Amino acid sequence: MMNLLRLLGGRTASAPVARERLQILLAHERGLRGQSDLLGLLRAEILAVVSRHVVLDPEKVIVRMDRGKNVSTLEVDIEVPNGFERSIVAAAT
Amino acid sequence: MAKVLVVTSGKGGVGKTTSTAALGAALAQMGEKVVVIDFDVGLRNLDLVMGAERRVVFDLINVVQGVAKLSQALIRDKRLDNLWLLPASQTRDKDALTDEGVNSVIADLRTKFDWILCDSPAGIERGATLAMRYADEAVIVTNPEVSSVRDSDRIIGMLDSKTVRAERGERVEKHVLITRYDSARATRGEMLSIEDILEILATPLLGIIPESQDVLRASNVGSPVTLNNADSAPARAYIDAARRLLGETVTMMVPVERKGLINRLLRRRAA
Repeated sequence: MMNLLRLLGGRTASAPVARERLQILLAHERGLRGQSDLLGLLRAEILAVVSRHVVLDPEKVIVRMDRGKNVSTLEVDIEVPNGFERSIVAAAT
Repeated sequence: MAKVLVVTSGKGGVGKTTSTAALGAALAQMGEKVVVIDFDVGLRNLDLVMGAERRVVFDLINVVQGVAKLSQALIRDKRLDNLWLLPASQTRDKDALTDEGVNSVIADLRTKFDWILCDSPAGIERGATLAMRYADEAVIVTNPEVSSVRDSDRIIGMLDSKTVRAERGERVEKHVLITRYDSARATRGEMLSIEDILEILATPLLGIIPESQDVLRASNVGSPVTLNNADSAPARAYIDAARRLLGETVTMMVPVERKGLINRLLRRRAA
């Protein structure tokens, strides 16, 4: 059909493609908009809670959101100083 | 009551400065007292498009920092008594603008003018966020092209969240102004149609400015297109848009070049 149009009109209408690409892209980007704030908030609160018990480097708290088709994951990566690990082991024994 | 209107887009080169000058002049021609402010600190151009580049002494930054009084920085247009320009600084960078400073300048201008048009820089950084910060209304300048529409969508999101009005739970009244529109190409399906753009952005239309030589001609001589050649197709489109800003109901159409006689009606619902 596209080929037929190209033969008849000399050119294919590209506007419908532009429209469709934009609709898909913007639906995705609008979904992400509020989220950067959510991640910042989560990061700040997680940092505050963990800091009550352990001395943390705020730079070493990483909160990441991964959006999958069916499942999304929230990844929290906190690097704790070595001395802390030993104190947990000591408390457990 | 004074209205603060930001002319913004996200993307550069779509016609913000041209539109600010043209709408500002059109409103002034209708008897409104208008000031146009250039927020593009470091890359000012509104002075050039308005033909006032050789008359700039003080600028917005000087006023924000208290170096100059507002009355010293305002430049009165030579053609229209009730049109004024507040230029941006060419030598400073955008960090010289502060929220408090802009707030006080705008509050002062509100007591002196009917319309305060803020010409936003491109991008989404300090200059752009401060240009929209105190706006009551916004004109989002959009080209019928994917990257421009995407950036407009982003800017609409910011108008709904980062402005003082949004933070108070009020709305900034938003309008889309489509510029560089070529109805022949849109009809052939080579360019996003008005209907496509409005559907995607879900924002009402203020006007359709046709692609035209007259826009370049006007900026070459330093005159807003509505003053330089009021009968030209883009000037008529800007004048219609200005009338809509004043609350008039004006039939939406795309003025065409041909001797200014044949106006092709373009209905929003029609493809």
